Amino acid sequence: MTESTVKIQGLSKNFEDKTALDNLSLEVAKGELFGLLGPNGAGKTTTINILCGLVKPTSGSAQVCGYDVQKETQKVKELIGVCPQETAIYPYLSGAENLELFGNLHGMNRKVLKERSDMLLTKLGLKADAKRLTSKYSGGMKRRLSLTLALIHNPQVLFLDEPTVAMDPQSRHAVWDFIRDEKNHDKTVILTTHYMEEAEELCDRIGIIDQGKLIALGTPKELIAKGQVKNLEELFIKLTGRTMREES
Amino acid sequence: MKLQRISALTEKELKKTIREPAVLFMIFIFPIIFVFAFGASFGGVGSSQTVTYNVGVVNMDGANSLNASQILITTLSNTKILNIHVYSNDQTARNDLSQGIVQAVMIIPTDFSQSLASYQAAPNDPSEWTNATVSLYLDQGSLVATQAIPPIIQQALMSVAGHSQQSIQSPFSVQTASLVEVETRSAFDLIAPGMFTFASIFLIMMVAQSFTQDRENGMMKRIRISPTTSTEFITSQVVSYMCIALIQAVLVFGMTYALGFRPDIGLSSYLFAFVLVLIFSLSNVGFGLITATISKSASAATGLSFLFVMPQLFLGTFVGASLSSSAQVAGRFVPSFYVTNALTSLFLRGAAFTSPSILLDLAVVSVSCVAILAVGIVLYSKRYKI
Repeated sequence: MTESTVKIQGLSKNFEDKTALDNLSLEVAKGELFGLLGPNGAGKTTTINILCGLVKPTSGSAQVCGYDVQKETQKVKELIGVCPQETAIYPYLSGAENLELFGNLHGMNRKVLKERSDMLLTKLGLKADAKRLTSKYSGGMKRRLSLTLALIHNPQVLFLDEPTVAMDPQSRHAVWDFIRDEKNHDKTVILTTHYMEEAEELCDRIGIIDQGKLIALGTPKELIAKGQVKNLEELFIKLTGRTMREES
Repeated sequence: MKLQRISALTEKELKKTIREPAVLFMIFIFPIIFVFAFGASFGGVGSSQTVTYNVGVVNMDGANSLNASQILITTLSNTKILNIHVYSNDQTARNDLSQGIVQAVMIIPTDFSQSLASYQAAPNDPSEWTNATVSLYLDQGSLVATQAIPPIIQQALMSVAGHSQQSIQSPFSVQTASLVEVETRSAFDLIAPGMFTFASIFLIMMVAQSFTQDRENGMMKRIRISPTTSTEFITSQVVSYMCIALIQAVLVFGMTYALGFRPDIGLSSYLFAFVLVLIFSLSNVGFGLITATISKSASAATGLSFLFVMPQLFLGTFVGASLSSSAQVAGRFVPSFYVTNALTSLFLRGAAFTSPSILLDLAVVSVSCVAILAVGIVLYSKRYKI
C-alpha cells in the first residue's frame, strides 16, 4: 500500500450500554475511494465522527494526513470535508450564500471562493437556483447542496456519510459522477453507504463492518471471489446472516 | 481568532433575523407594535399632549363668605389636568363614574367652608378646627386615574388652605407650579424607559430557538467540523445579538419619539442609554444559552424561555412599577430592573449618566450580565460541544 492518508488503529467506542466500535483498524491510501459498508447502527457514522474529531474514542487512535484526530483536531478540520448523513444546510440562506458562509469559515480568499462556488454549483446542477433560498429547494437539490458544502474548501480528504440516501436516481448518478471526479483529482474519499450497488460502482476498496467490527476488507472483486458469491449483498448475508437493510 | 469567520457567522445570523418571518416578527415588529399600542393608549401621538382626567364634583358645601368650595373647584380647574364637571347630586355623579364618563367623583362636604374658617381663625390650634372630609371615589378600572388624581386633589386642598391663610395679609396667588409640571408627563412617558428594556428581553427566546434548531438540523455539527473555534462561534453570536439589540433600541426609540416621548437630555445621555441596552443584551444571550441547554427541541426552547422572559419582563420593566412591594424587591434580582431604573433616572429624573445612582446601576448590570453570559456558555458547552 502507498502512503496512508487515514490510519485507524484499535479504535473502540462504547456508549452507555452499547459498543459502537470494537477494535477497528484499517488504513486508507491517498487518492483511494474507500467504502465503509454496514447496516444501520453498524458503527459507520461513529467512525466518521471520530475521524472528524467530533467524538472521542474509548480507546485506540486515528490519524488523518498524519495528524492525530484527538490531539491535532484543528489541523485535521482544515484538511477534511464532511457531508453528514442529515441534510444540513441553512434554509434562510440561498445556495450560494450557504457556500459563501462555509468558504469563509474555512478562511478562503473571496475570489477563489467565488470561482469554486460557481464550479461546484454548476457541476451539481444547482447554478440556476444558486440565488434562491434553500427552503424552496427540492429534497434532491438540498442533498446535492449539502454535498457541495463539504467540498467548498477543496479538502484533501472527504468523508461522505450516506451521501445519496433518499435521492432520486438522477441526483444519485450526478453525485456518483461527482465523487468519481473528486477521486480523479487525487482526493481521498471515505464513503459510508448501505447501498451495495453504490459501493460496487464507486469504491476501490471496501470494508464491511457489523456491530462495530470489521468483518471483511478488500476490493469488491476480491471480496466477491473470496466469498464465492455473486455480489456484495450476498456476501454480507453470508457473513452476518442478515441483509444490509436490517437494523443491527 | 479569525475575523472572517466571526463576520460570516454574524452576517448569517442577521440574515436569519430578517428572513425568518417568525424571528422578524418577534424581534422587530412585535416591539414596535407593542410600543405603538401603549403610546396610542397612554400617550399623545405625535406630540407631548397634556393628559386630562374628567372629575365630577358634587358641591354640598353650605358656603359662607369664604366660599371655600368654589375656590377649590377653581383651583382644580386651573391645573388644566382635570376637567371639572359639577353635579347637583352624588347619585348622578357616581352613575357617570360607573360608566367611565368621569374617572373620579369628589364630594365636598357641607362643612367645608366652615372648616376652612375655623382653620383661619386658629391656624396654630388644631383643637379649634372643625374637621371636614372630602370624599373621593375613583375609577378602579383605571390604574393611571387611581394613581394620578388623589395627589393632585391633595395638593389643591393644601393650596386652598394656603391661599386663604395668605389672603388676610396680601392678595393671594395660587401656586400650582408643581401641578403644571405633572401635566406635561403622560402615562406613556412614565413607562417609555421600560420599553427599551422590554424589547431586548425577547432575545432570550430567539437565542434559545436558534441554538436548538441548529442542533436539531445538524448545522451545529457542521460548524463544529469546520475550523471555527468555540470562541469564534460564541463571539459571532454575541456580536449578532448585540447588533439586533441595538437595532431594536433604535426602532423602539424612534417609535417612542414619534409617540411624543421627548426626554430633555443630551446626545451623550442617549449614547449611554444605548450602551446600557447593549450590555443588557449579554444577559439575554446568556439566558438563551441556559434555555438551549435544558431544551431538547426548538419548540421546548420556546416554552422554557419564558422561565427567564417573564421575571425579566414583570419584575424589571415598566410593568414592575405597578407590582406589589415584595415583587419590586424581587425585581432587584433581575438585570432588567437596573436597566429600567437607570434609564428612568436618565430620561425622567434628569440625572446625569455620571451620577452615582446610574453608575451603580451600570456596574450591577455589567457584572450580572457578563456573569449570566459566562454561566450560559459554560453550561451549554458542558452539555453540547460548541
